[in-house]
Amino acid sequence: MTVPHIVGSSVPRKEGWDKVTGAARYVDDMVLPGMLYGATVRSTIARGKIRNISFDPSIPWSEFVVVSSKDIPGKNHIALILDDQPCLASEAVNHPEEPILLLAHPDRHKLRKAVDAVAIDYDPLPSIHSIEESEEQSTIIWGSDNTLKSYLVEKGDVDAVWKDAAHIVEGEYFTGAQEQLYIENNGVIAAYDPEHGVTVWGSLQCPYYVHKALMALCGLPENKVRVVQMETGGAFGGKEEYPSMIAGHAALLAIKSGQPVKFVYDRMEDMVATTKRHPSRTRHRTAVDKDGKILGGEIDFTIDGGAYATLSSVVLSRGTIHAGGPYHWPSVRIRTKAVATNTPPHGAFRGFGAPQSLFAMERHMDRIAQVVGISPVEGRRRNFLKPGQTTTTQQVIREEIDLHHLLDRALELSSYTAKKTRFAEENKTGTRKKGIGIAAFLHGAGFTGSGERYLNSLVGVEAGVDGTVRVLVSSAEFGQGTNTVLCQIAAEALGLPYGNVVIAQPDTNVVPNSGPTVASRTAMIVGKLVQSAAQGIKQTLAKTGFLGDNYTPEQFRAACAQYIAAHETLKSYARYEAPGNVYWDDEKYRGEAYAAFAWAVYVAEVTVDLTTYAVSVDDFVALQEVGKVINPVLAEGQITGGVAQAIGFALYEKVLWQNGRMINNQMTNYIMPASLDLPPIRVFFEELGNVHGAHGAKGIGELPMDGPAPAILSAVEDATGVPFRSIPLLPEDLFEALRDEPIEQDFSPSTRGRA
Amino acid sequence: MNTSADQNTKCEVSFTVNGEKKSVLAHPMERLLDVLRHELELTGTKEGCGEGECGSCSVLLDGMLVNSCLVPVAQVSGTTIITIEGMSSHFLMKPLQEAFLECGGAQCGICTPGMILAAVHLLEKTPNPALADIREGLSGNLCRCTGYMQIFEAVSKAAPRRAAK
Repeated sequence: MTVPHIVGSSVPRKEGWDKVTGAARYVDDMVLPGMLYGATVRSTIARGKIRNISFDPSIPWSEFVVVSSKDIPGKNHIALILDDQPCLASEAVNHPEEPILLLAHPDRHKLRKAVDAVAIDYDPLPSIHSIEESEEQSTIIWGSDNTLKSYLVEKGDVDAVWKDAAHIVEGEYFTGAQEQLYIENNGVIAAYDPEHGVTVWGSLQCPYYVHKALMALCGLPENKVRVVQMETGGAFGGKEEYPSMIAGHAALLAIKSGQPVKFVYDRMEDMVATTKRHPSRTRHRTAVDKDGKILGGEIDFTIDGGAYATLSSVVLSRGTIHAGGPYHWPSVRIRTKAVATNTPPHGAFRGFGAPQSLFAMERHMDRIAQVVGISPVEGRRRNFLKPGQTTTTQQVIREEIDLHHLLDRALELSSYTAKKTRFAEENKTGTRKKGIGIAAFLHGAGFTGSGERYLNSLVGVEAGVDGTVRVLVSSAEFGQGTNTVLCQIAAEALGLPYGNVVIAQPDTNVVPNSGPTVASRTAMIVGKLVQSAAQGIKQTLAKTGFLGDNYTPEQFRAACAQYIAAHETLKSYARYEAPGNVYWDDEKYRGEAYAAFAWAVYVAEVTVDLTTYAVSVDDFVALQEVGKVINPVLAEGQITGGVAQAIGFALYEKVLWQNGRMINNQMTNYIMPASLDLPPIRVFFEELGNVHGAHGAKGIGELPMDGPAPAILSAVEDATGVPFRSIPLLPEDLFEALRDEPIEQDFSPSTRGRA
Repeated sequence: MNTSADQNTKCEVSFTVNGEKKSVLAHPMERLLDVLRHELELTGTKEGCGEGECGSCSVLLDGMLVNSCLVPVAQVSGTTIITIEGMSSHFLMKPLQEAFLECGGAQCGICTPGMILAAVHLLEKTPNPALADIREGLSGNLCRCTGYMQIFEAVSKAAPRRAAK
C-alpha cells in the first residue's frame, strides 16, 4: 500500500482545534479544590545582607501560609549546573527582585497588600551592574574574580598572521538584554500529599529539569515528584530554567499548607523578575589580505550573566562556537567569558548566545569589506566556509553546503543589486533614506559538543488495541510544532495516516526523558528517536508474524490487537546513540561542535526617516537551508516569528536598567513589534539532506533569531553611511549620531518646516 | 480590608454572556476579565498583560471589541458580551478557524482567542479587507510567535469563504 508522504506536508497542528476554539487548557485555566494563591516577597535592593524581616501587625497573618528558606525540606538551591542559585534568599541577596519569602492565601486579592506589609531590613553592600564594572573586580560578587565561566578556542598560529596582513581591522560591538515576552506569563500549580509527594502542573519547556530541581529542593525521591506540562503560551527559552524556580516556590507552599497552590505571575512581575537574553560585548581584531580574505584574528566575547551562574556557561558556549560565523578562519583565537553582575540571572532565549556573537561577526564583516574597499557581498563571498574546510573549533564541514549559491539566490530574491543602485541614487535627495543589507550565518542544531551524549535521551512509542499510536516524549509543545512534527514522523515511519498518531501530554509519570525542549533539537534529535521507536513497533509486529511488509491501517490495528492480547502492551523505546567518529574535546573546546548546522542568508530593506529618526523595515527575505522541511507551514511560521522577534531585538526592544532592576517592565513601555510594525517577511527554504535527523531534518527554531539584527544594521549603514555597532538601535540613537550630519534636503512643502 | 468589608462593597451586576443572562456579585472595580474567568469559568479569554496592550483578553461588548482587563464589571451592567466560547455558531467562525489552522495562524495559541475575535470584528465591518485593513484591524492584538504573516494570510483566506448570510 502506498501512503502519501506525511513528512513534508503541511498537516494541521495537532492541538490546533483546541487553540482556535479557546478550549486549550493553560495552567491559569485550571482550578483545584481548596486551592490557595501564592505570592513572592522579593528584595528591593541589588546586594546586601538581610538583617531583619518584620510583619506589619495590621495584616491577619494567621490566615496566610508563610514560607521562608528555613521551611525548605531539601537543599536550598535550584538544581541546574552549578546549583549556585538559592530558591529563597536566606542571609544575603545578590540582585533586585530576588525571592526571600513566600505567601499563600485562598483570596488572591489579599496577597498584594500582604506582600507590601512584609518589611525587610538590609545592610546594603556595593553592587555592580555592567560587564565593565564586573571586569574591574573592585567589587567581587561571585567566586574569586566575578567570572562565571570562560572558554578559549585556538586554531592555527594567530600570532604569526599580523605581519603579513594588508589590513588589520578592529571593532567593538554590543547587544542589549531582551525579554522573551511570551504572551502567557510564567505559572504553575503545585499539590502535595505524603503518599504521592509533589505534583506540579505548569507552563514549561523542560519537565525533567523541573523534576530534578524539585527532588533536590523538596528532598524527595524520583517517584515522589511528578511534573505535568500544561498547554504553554509561548516560551522562547524563557520557560527553560525559570519554571524550576516558580515550581519550587509553589511546591514549598503546598508542602507547608497541605493544599494546592497556584502561582501565576502578572506581567510586571514576570518581566522584572525572570530571565532575559544576556547582554554582550564583542571585540574583533582581524588580519586580512589585500583582497579581503581573512588570515586570522582574535575575538573576545563577553556576556553579562547576572547574579548566579544558572545557564550562562552553556549560553556562552554557543556564543563562542558561533563567533566566527559561516567563514573560514585559517587561524583564530576566541576568548570568551560570562561575568557576574547584580542583576536577575540572564538565561535561555532563542539563539542562546549565537545572536549576540553573530551580530558582532556580521557587523565586523561589513567593516572588513569597507576597509578593504569591497562590497559587503564580496567580503562575505571571499570568506565563506566550503565543504572540507574546518570551522573555528576545527570541525570539518561534511555537508554539501554551497553558501555562494545561497547568497546568489538571496540577492536575486531581494533584487539586491538593482535596489542598492536605485537607493544610492534616490538617497541623494529627500529625508527618507533607503538602504539594503545582508547577513550570512549558521546555527548548530542540538546540544553542543558532548551534550547530546550526556543527555542520553529516551523516547517511546506505544500502540493500542484500536491501532492508535501514541508518541511518548518529554519534549514540550509551546507553539513551535513539537506535537505535530513528531506525530508526522511516527506516522510516516509506520505508514499510517497522521490522524492515527497522537502524542502524550508530557507528564513525568508517563513519558520517558527525551531531554529538554531546547537548542533546536526536537525535530532533528528527538524526531530521529521517534522514527526509530516507531520502526521498532513495526519490527516487533513483523517478527511475531502479525504484520506483513505491506499493510493497511486496518491490518495494523488487527496486528496490534493480536499482539496486545498475547503480550499486554506494545511499546518500543529508542535511546540516543552518538554518531560514529564524532570527536569533541571539552578541555580544548575543539572538534565536532554540532551534528549539523543550518545555514542562511537574510536580506533586509529599510527606510530611515531623518525627520523622526525612525527606522522601518520595508521588506525582508529569509533564505535558509535547514535540511528536510517536515511541515512547510509550521517551518515558515518558525522563521516569520523568529524574524519578527529579531526585528524587535534590533530596533524596538530596550530593557532599561536602574541598579540592576528592569524599570520598563510593562508592555506599555517595553515595545515588541505589532502587526503594523513588520514588513512582509518572505521565507524560502533550500533542502539538503542530513543524515543525523529524522528524514534529513535539521534544527530550525533558533536560526531566524541570528540574522535579522545585523542585516538591518547593515541596511541602516547603507542608508545613512553610519556603521552602528550596538543594538537595540532606537530613534534617539540615530538622532544622536545623525543630528550633526549635513543632510541633503529636499525642500518640498511637506518637509520645509523641519531643520 | 477584611472579608466583611469586602462583602459590603460588592454589588450585583447583571448582563448577557454568550446569550445567557448572568448575575454576579462582585466588587464594582473587579475586572471583567476576572469575572469571566473566575466567576463564569469562561477561560477561553486570556490574560497577557493586564493593561490593555496585548489584546489576549479581547471580548465583544455590545459588538465593540474591548480589552476585558480594562473594563470594570460595574460598567457592563445591562450589556451583551460575547467571548470566544459564545462564537461557535457565528457565521465567520468556521472559516476563520479553518483558515487559522491551514495557514499556521495559531502557534502557542494564547493570543488566538483574542486574535480571532478581532478578526471577526474586522470582517463584520470590512467583509473584503485589504492587507492594510487587516494589519490595522489586528493592531491591538499582540502575537509573539507568528510574526503575524500567517495570521494575515488566514484572515485574507477566511474573508471570501464566509458562509452566505
